[in-house]
Amino acid sequence: MIHSLFLINHSGDIFLEKHWKSVISRSVCDYFFEAKEKAVDPENVPPVLQTPHHYLITIYRDKLFFLSVIQTEVPPLFVIEFLHRVADTIQDYFGDCSESVIKDNVVTVYELLEEMLDNGFPLATESNVLKEMIRPPTILRSVVNTLTGGSNVGDTLPTGQLSNIPWRRAGVKYTNNEAYFDVIEEIDAILDKSGTTVFAEIQGVIEACVRLSGMPDLTLSFMNPRLFDDVSFHPCVRFKRWESERILSFIPPDGNFTLMNYHVSSQNLVAIPVYVKQSISFFEMGPCGRLDITIGPKQTMGKTVEALMVTIHMPKAVLSANLTPTQGNYTYDLATKVLVWDIGKLNPQKLPNLRGSLSLQAGAPKPEDNPSLNIDLKIQQLAISGTPCMVALTVERIFS
Amino acid sequence: MQEWANQLCENRQFGSKMTDSKYFTTTKKGEIFELKAELNSDKKEKKKEAVKKVIASMTVGKDVSALFPDVVNCMQTDNLELKKLVYLYLMNYAKSQPDMAIMAVNTFVKDCEDPNPLIRALAVRTMGCIRVDKITEYLCEPLRKCLKDEDPYVRKTAAVCVAKLHDINAQLVEDQGFLDTLKDLISDSNPMVVANAVAALSEIAESHPNSNLLDLNPQTINKLLTALNECTEWGQIFILDCLANYTPRDDRESQSICERVTPRLSHANSAVVLSAVKVLMKFMEMLPKDLDYYGTLLKKLAPPLVTLLSAEPELQYVALRNINLIVQRRPEILKHEMKVFFVKYNDPIYVKLEKLDIMIRLASQANIAQVLAELKEYATEVDVDFVRKAVRAIGRCAIKVEQSAERCVSTLLDLIQTKVNYVVQEAIVVIKDIFRKYPNKYESVIATLCENLDSLDEPEARAAMIWIVGEYAERIDNADELLESFLEGFHDESTQVQLQLLTAIVKLFLKKPTETQELVQQVLSLATQDSDNPDLRDRGYIYWRLLSTDPVAAKEVVLAEKPLISEETDLIEPTLLEELICHIGTLASVYHKPPSAFVEGSRGVQHKRLPGSTGSGESVESPDTGSAAGVSEAPPAVIPSQGDLLGDLLNLDLTPTTTGPPPPPASSGMQLGAMDLLGGGLDSLMGDESEPLGGDLGGGPAIGTGFGAPPATMPASFNVPVSGGLDDLFDLGGGVGMAMGAFNPPKTVWLPAMKAKGLEISGTFVRRAGVIQMEMTLTNKAMSVMTDFAIQFNRNSFGLAPAGPLQVLSPLSPNQSIEAVLPLSTVGPVMKMEPLNNLQVAVKNNIDVFYFSCQYPISMLFAEDGKMDRQVFLATWKDIPNDNESQFQIKDCHLNSDAASNKLQGSNIFTIAKRTVEGQDMLYQSMKLTNGIWVLAELRVQAGNPNYTISLKCRAPEVSQCVFQNYETVLKN
Repeated sequence: MIHSLFLINHSGDIFLEKHWKSVISRSVCDYFFEAKEKAVDPENVPPVLQTPHHYLITIYRDKLFFLSVIQTEVPPLFVIEFLHRVADTIQDYFGDCSESVIKDNVVTVYELLEEMLDNGFPLATESNVLKEMIRPPTILRSVVNTLTGGSNVGDTLPTGQLSNIPWRRAGVKYTNNEAYFDVIEEIDAILDKSGTTVFAEIQGVIEACVRLSGMPDLTLSFMNPRLFDDVSFHPCVRFKRWESERILSFIPPDGNFTLMNYHVSSQNLVAIPVYVKQSISFFEMGPCGRLDITIGPKQTMGKTVEALMVTIHMPKAVLSANLTPTQGNYTYDLATKVLVWDIGKLNPQKLPNLRGSLSLQAGAPKPEDNPSLNIDLKIQQLAISGTPCMVALTVERIFS
Repeated sequence: MQEWANQLCENRQFGSKMTDSKYFTTTKKGEIFELKAELNSDKKEKKKEAVKKVIASMTVGKDVSALFPDVVNCMQTDNLELKKLVYLYLMNYAKSQPDMAIMAVNTFVKDCEDPNPLIRALAVRTMGCIRVDKITEYLCEPLRKCLKDEDPYVRKTAAVCVAKLHDINAQLVEDQGFLDTLKDLISDSNPMVVANAVAALSEIAESHPNSNLLDLNPQTINKLLTALNECTEWGQIFILDCLANYTPRDDRESQSICERVTPRLSHANSAVVLSAVKVLMKFMEMLPKDLDYYGTLLKKLAPPLVTLLSAEPELQYVALRNINLIVQRRPEILKHEMKVFFVKYNDPIYVKLEKLDIMIRLASQANIAQVLAELKEYATEVDVDFVRKAVRAIGRCAIKVEQSAERCVSTLLDLIQTKVNYVVQEAIVVIKDIFRKYPNKYESVIATLCENLDSLDEPEARAAMIWIVGEYAERIDNADELLESFLEGFHDESTQVQLQLLTAIVKLFLKKPTETQELVQQVLSLATQDSDNPDLRDRGYIYWRLLSTDPVAAKEVVLAEKPLISEETDLIEPTLLEELICHIGTLASVYHKPPSAFVEGSRGVQHKRLPGSTGSGESVESPDTGSAAGVSEAPPAVIPSQGDLLGDLLNLDLTPTTTGPPPPPASSGMQLGAMDLLGGGLDSLMGDESEPLGGDLGGGPAIGTGFGAPPATMPASFNVPVSGGLDDLFDLGGGVGMAMGAFNPPKTVWLPAMKAKGLEISGTFVRRAGVIQMEMTLTNKAMSVMTDFAIQFNRNSFGLAPAGPLQVLSPLSPNQSIEAVLPLSTVGPVMKMEPLNNLQVAVKNNIDVFYFSCQYPISMLFAEDGKMDRQVFLATWKDIPNDNESQFQIKDCHLNSDAASNKLQGSNIFTIAKRTVEGQDMLYQSMKLTNGIWVLAELRVQAGNPNYTISLKCRAPEVSQCVFQNYETVLKN
């Protein structure tokens, strides 16, 4: 099982270590540092490393490496999932998962880690349960604690731990009962030069914030659940009910959680909300080229496209760019050869355009291919897949 | 020596903790004092703050062990937070201060009786984490109570505690009957307790492969399946992994388990999903293929696998490695999902490379156009590794999908036109394979290839180009000039290029004999006379003799038609694949190696196989049954393009990776033919050819290994995965006669009295019943009495360390000798020594500290369970690269093979199989070192010849020399 955890910052300093079995020397991280050196970019460090006596499994999140050491055959996904859970918990407790936050709360983090794992076996990883045992720091509480000598460690058995709903704590009370659901959909699409969709898929996630007293039992149904190609649920969702009726029925955890993830694949038509007219050409004669890009709305269903951004990986030979945007601003990074054009809101009346000239390294051959364009955008209040909007939310019973 | 002494001092100072000074930050003296004062403060709040500060220093790696007594004093408190903090501290430092830790025992025992279940659980949990023998003694009673506690929270904590205790003292756990209690917990009413009991048992079982701890029967399976629905996500993983070890009795049971596991595919935790996939993939084997449910299940498997690819990149990587296996076993699951494997620009490189692999596996006529378009894009990316792999992928597509070959070739030609150096080289390597797959089809491109001859600087690309020139010499006008240009720097080339060049020139000569006579003579003399490489020399001699005796035969042999290469390259062997499917989701599946091959040190790994579709008869987990039956299922048609399995003299030129001795002939007919040619040619050659050549032939060991004996790599018959012959081959079975006692070398003087102020130490090493002992005779040759003996080892290659103190009870008076036996353990710190079996020892007495070094026979380290299963032996032998093979000669040994085998068995070298070929006995043997490294050996004994030949293969080739020496000593004594 998981033997030790090291937290390592961007520059390679170990700033926290936790051992659940015997102590393992920090020098084991040298193998990781070697791999990190080799990978150049921190994103590219292989997640599973083999050393003569241990295995190192790493995740990279929020500019931090979470490195775990294992000695026996342990499912790597188990370890990776757990590490992400550690990062989520820290984020949940302190609002941020960064080196300075962890250092400021080092003892709480250490207590949390101790609660989360026992001898390498996960003990309590549900945020609801953890919060009952170790209360998250709030300004009010720390003031009260200093006055009364109280503690931020709960001294009763967390109620959820042993019931068959380990994710929810008991005795929740709110004066205002409320529940919010966010449907976030991400389209991942690859288009070819002519604008035809090569590949498109939708990843959806339903985030919930439920503040209801007692033990509420909720059901949620969808307009057209058949569109889902694959779904994965929070453990609270009753799977049988979903299988037979395509209805989400669950007793939610208290607070924020991810209710479900879904996947709509390219077999269904995915409407791409914008179109791009682009022409990037390099001249045979003389070291220069021309660039002209226009973006317009396509199928936005009347909603505004926001946070529009175009990223272009230029051929190596491109030295600099002299361009004029009609909207937003652009940067060109000489070292990585990346051109970023930050547009912001898309105005359908006045389409944003970026044009100008590119200068090439003298003597370099004319670049062969058109560089690929990456376009990021956001649309509020629109589920692209169109249908998985929920229609009914019923609260069946609330015990309080 | 001085340096080493310092090191010893340092080790002593820090106890068992090996600290790297780079990380070691000392605390300021004043800080410790301050903390001490605060810890002893009367104010609760101040105390707590102080403990917090201590913990904070501890987490960043500062040494605050000096505060131990003060912190422990804070333990008696009602404040739960303070108690937890103190416990945290205790767990970290108890080991370095065992005597002080005892102080805490009373509080622990008291807390285990506390009315608050949280405190009871906390106490038993913490006690288990304190790895001090004295404390574990006190742990047993509270643990027993907690295992039967009324509160499930305490029970589930106690279940894990058994696993902890087992890790510290396995014997104690067995003696106290905790294992049975743990087994009872599988039937507990609370699902969380069940999950933890399963997890604990699985961990314990890993160190006891044959203990049958998790005795799965339909009743327990039912209980597990019920608990599966109700326990936490982590518990589900443990239970699913445990279920995967079960073999259902029939297809109906199999189907019902599958039905109950399928809902787990929709879990948010990807580890649960993958463990469920493992169970389904395994149990699916038992379902009849015409069953409706079988088809439904196949359809259900694809979406969750696709969803895994939208997770974080680390999860994607592990998922992709596993999908790679699943696609090989059941391509139908994902055949329509090609697009999800298209590379995204922001994927980390490790994800990109894996996706590429799967794209090729899924490529088919239906989707090849899309795949090629993608691959062409990738080939223009920036990352060199990725680009290379993309170019190779194009070649593999051409070989796999015949209809696309033409487009692939033209794409490759486009890429060659870019003149990007590494792209050109990769393209040439794959074009060579395309030529082999589709002979006489694309040779028109040779001219383009030849233009790039000068830019090739990588051996593989050079070798490929030379092969092309040689193979198509008749169509290339200036082939002789091209090859001649390579010949100039012959000695600077790598071996594979040299071998290739030799073959290519011989081909050229056979095709255009008139103008190239000079060239061929030149290369033959370069290869045979000026080269140190036995492979190259051997191949040179073979060609030389072939050409000089019978050019017609030479032509038939060298220019014979080549077998087609397989469509799929680098497929995992079917037996290995089956095993890996059983290990989906584990490290084994990430490395694509059987667990036995890389979980070094795990004590004996069971080999899992997929159940057969009949579902009865064969038991899955007994590796001894049906060694032949398992193999016979494997389709034998695949000829991988790597060198290790290929054997065929004619193919030698296509196996650029060969660096070991030449692979053996695949067909025995060919082998005989070649032998005959040699036999006939040898005399005439000796007679009329150059004298030095003859001399070289007679004496050099190269000729002995190359021709006289069958080739040293895996015998050809090993490669034939058909069942018939195997049983006969391995008729020897387990009973290789009676084991004889181990050979123990006589005592030698390690430390002469001259050097040690009168103390003389002689000694030897023995292994008795699995325990390594150092037997020493201490002699006092000085005038005064010696007392206070102590011994310490420096770090060494295999972690040998004294398992107890040196027992010299009475003082040693002048001229007295005393025998001392020191049991050794192999869990000490490890450092590679030169030679490997060197051991540096420090002995202390009342006079001084003395240092000496001695060498222990490596057979001390051969474990009693070093007998490998035959199949595993076969698989491992193939799996270890040829580079790791070393060959030695044992001279003047007059034992026959059975006697030798008996003798070796005494030293835990086990004979697994024996076969006899033409009066020569070959023994296949295995041994396992205490650190889990396996060594495989092939010992060849020729009746009447006192010289044995031994080939050793091991993943850690540096031990080979030592093992060989050991063979020699054991056999000659």
